[in-house]
Amino acid sequence: MNQRKKTIFWLAASALFLLAVAFLGYLWRDEALVTDFSRKNLAPCLKYPFGTDFMGRDMFVRTVTGLSLSIRLGVLTAAASAIFAGVMGIGAAVLGKAADSAITFLIDLVMGIPHILLLVLISYACGKGFWGVAVGITLTHWTSLARLIRGEVMQLKSSQYIQIAAKLGQSRLQIAGKHMLPHILPQFFTGLILLFPHAILHEASITFLGFGLSPEQPAIGVILSESMRYLAMGRWWLAAFPGALLMICVLLFRVLGESVCRLIDPGSVHE
Amino acid sequence: MEKQILLQVEGLSISFAQYTKGLRRRNLQVIRDLGLTVRSGEITAVVGSSGSGKSLLAHGILGLLPYNASMSGEILYKGQELTGRLLENVRGREIVLVPQSVSYLDPLMKVGNQVRKGRKTAGALERCRELLARYGLPPDTESRYPFELSGGMIRRVLISTALMEEPELVIADEPTPGLDLTAAKRVMGHFREIADEGTGVLLITHDLELALEVADRIAVFYAGTTLEEMEASAFQREETLLHPYSQALYRAMPQHGFQPLAGTQPYAGDSYEGCVFAPRCPYRGEECSIQEIPYREVRGRKVRCIRPELAEMSGSPGKMDRSPDAENLALTERGRMA
Amino acid sequence: MDKRQIVRGFAGLARVLLLILGVSFAAFFLLAVSPIDPLQSNVGQAALGSMSQEQIDKLREYWGMNTPMAVRFWNWAWDFIRGDMGVSLLYRRPVAEVLLEKTANSLWMMAAAWVLSGVIGFALGVWAGANRGKWQDKLVTGYSLLMASTPAFFLALVLLMVFSVWLKVLPVGFAVPVGTAAADVTLADRLVHGILPAAALSLTGISNIALQTREKMAEVMESDYVLFAQARGEKKWTMIRRHGLRNIALPAMTLQFASVSEIFGGSVLVEQVFSYPGLGQAAVDAGLGSDVPLLLGITVVSAVIVFGGNALADFLYGIIDPRIRKGRERGR
Repeated sequence: MNQRKKTIFWLAASALFLLAVAFLGYLWRDEALVTDFSRKNLAPCLKYPFGTDFMGRDMFVRTVTGLSLSIRLGVLTAAASAIFAGVMGIGAAVLGKAADSAITFLIDLVMGIPHILLLVLISYACGKGFWGVAVGITLTHWTSLARLIRGEVMQLKSSQYIQIAAKLGQSRLQIAGKHMLPHILPQFFTGLILLFPHAILHEASITFLGFGLSPEQPAIGVILSESMRYLAMGRWWLAAFPGALLMICVLLFRVLGESVCRLIDPGSVHE
Repeated sequence: MEKQILLQVEGLSISFAQYTKGLRRRNLQVIRDLGLTVRSGEITAVVGSSGSGKSLLAHGILGLLPYNASMSGEILYKGQELTGRLLENVRGREIVLVPQSVSYLDPLMKVGNQVRKGRKTAGALERCRELLARYGLPPDTESRYPFELSGGMIRRVLISTALMEEPELVIADEPTPGLDLTAAKRVMGHFREIADEGTGVLLITHDLELALEVADRIAVFYAGTTLEEMEASAFQREETLLHPYSQALYRAMPQHGFQPLAGTQPYAGDSYEGCVFAPRCPYRGEECSIQEIPYREVRGRKVRCIRPELAEMSGSPGKMDRSPDAENLALTERGRMA
Repeated sequence: MDKRQIVRGFAGLARVLLLILGVSFAAFFLLAVSPIDPLQSNVGQAALGSMSQEQIDKLREYWGMNTPMAVRFWNWAWDFIRGDMGVSLLYRRPVAEVLLEKTANSLWMMAAAWVLSGVIGFALGVWAGANRGKWQDKLVTGYSLLMASTPAFFLALVLLMVFSVWLKVLPVGFAVPVGTAAADVTLADRLVHGILPAAALSLTGISNIALQTREKMAEVMESDYVLFAQARGEKKWTMIRRHGLRNIALPAMTLQFASVSEIFGGSVLVEQVFSYPGLGQAAVDAGLGSDVPLLLGITVVSAVIVFGGNALADFLYGIIDPRIRKGRERGR
């Protein structure tokens, strides 16, 4: 297979897998909550590949539902974060010196607090739960993309052809739409896709700590946090399988991101 | 008496595998069927306009092409194929490179250490000082970093690195850009000295005038290939030049009327059939754009033209279109400098 | 040191102080706007129900819930600067004291992880970058990608499962053996209990450092000056030693200081898994238990460490890099 086909294959495969998880999990959202004490604490078997927990819930269904929630939440928060990054980055570049120093200061400030700690703080401010995670991830992940976009716009602004376009009497809006957007958009989209894995990882982490989604929800962080109680009893599968599936999803998001980057910017390919 | 042939390059081609948007692969041919010879004690100047792939020639001879490049053709050093073990043994010892800019020096290492290649023996220290002094560099140059030196000083430091060894062949890649005329002439003089000591020099340059002052042989380089290789003295008269492009170069020199040649060189990767120069050639015939033009021996020199006799006969072709925005090889930079 | 350097140093210091002030205010603001009622989470619903309204008002007064936020922030910051970080609601002890104790627990574990991930990550990055595209490179990038896709707490869980539950060679958690009096805790106990948390932190930390070092190394290996070194007959490992390490040392140093933040963040998760009573777990407990003074204290301390580390890296960069050092001398 040549490079192009290989890349497209991986892109399609990972996208398909992630879509399947997101869809199935959504479909199973009620089944994930079903408790059945006649089948509690089962080890993995053909019928229940991930086993069942102390309330007889099917862990495979629960895990997929949790990951589906993570993926949907991840996509949502990554998108919100990327848009925020775009607004901040472009704002810093075009709104003048004061805005630039204010935004740069804000970026430094956000980067100065360890991610998890800031997530804890924001989640606390939002009263934990869904909005805690959603707002937390949106407000913590925008910084590097904003920096990137700011640099890019600044460079474009000082480039010759933009200055010529301005001299030729094109309006600022025309320049932004015609000359800047085509350059910024690919950067924006790769940045967005590269945000997914981070968003999902942090959602899982913050929920694991108890600041994210509520314990009633079949979130992946909740599943893993609950599994800790049964580790000492030797029920390793309660942690290992859901964790492994989470890893695979995050990994595939990375593969997806990298494939898109390669297709957009082949200069990054070295074979 | 003919001097001994040191380096012979024949049919050299270099191409790059590239990925374009959407990861489509394409092959970019940068050098095609290039040939030249360098003799001991002589300077062979490869003259062609900037950005036409001449540096790759230097890197290709030394086996230093990037991973995505592929090379074919024959490079003979003292009659032996310059590959593998031989290349490794002579590279940096018998064959040395004088690179083109400050970026070839480690930005974080003191100049003296770089000239000496890290050697700290008394002999190396002394040789290094000797060389710096020979090229008029102050003694404290040794303990300076590259960014602290001027362009002219860097150039002389780079030449010093070559002479730390006892080279038989020096490959100098564009040694003059960015220098004023006096400095450029002095640098060229240094290469003449090196050649006069018996070393062969392959001088890669865009500056025909400067090359003519010091070189023994000229290889005319155009769009990735050589069009003609001749004694430098052939450039004294237009009639002794066989290739129409060589003649155009002659006429483009200030003392011969400053007449630029219309059109531009094809870029690497542009496909063409037949003669690469045909689109700009005043003598082109139908057969020029059909068949592959061989690099063949005509009157004791290599020429890539199927009917050099036409060019030979003509004094000054009337057909040539002279537009002001045309390419003028060698003149642009010098003109700006003066 | 000349005048410019001193001025630059002071400007840098002022910026760091401003950033720390900013972080403090942001954290204070976030904790203050929270809908979570500190009275309910600290006194407890039941206790609150049995109290009279007057008592509740008194408590509200005590927690300063009736004063405006700016005033509260000012009071808190003023006390903080004078060394009084308030009293932890969970531990019922001064925050400074709690911080000191937790930091003592975490410090060597985090320091070990910081050094290990830095050294191993650097070595792997150099190895991969120097062999770009070959199996060594694929191995290191593959590992890094895998690690970057693994949440730190899951890796900690896996280590716990393998070494503590399955092989039973290392303790399940806690900084010291359970039920041992503080005086009886030996250094060996502390070491043994810190191994797994430190390992989990290092294993995740390595990936980022390795990836970025690889990138820089590959860049250097493709530079003109390495090409020239090769043209002069230098062998691969000589080039890596003479040019590679020299040119990636400075970015690596910056990276190493910047990784402090990640190590701290990771420790929050890892300590939770191992019930390791360090700074990270204290942060989680403070957040879950609405211990606002403690959470503020931890945030400010971590910000001081992060910004301090970055500022130190900047400062060292200026001293070590001859282009900056000499450029400044010449610019005088």
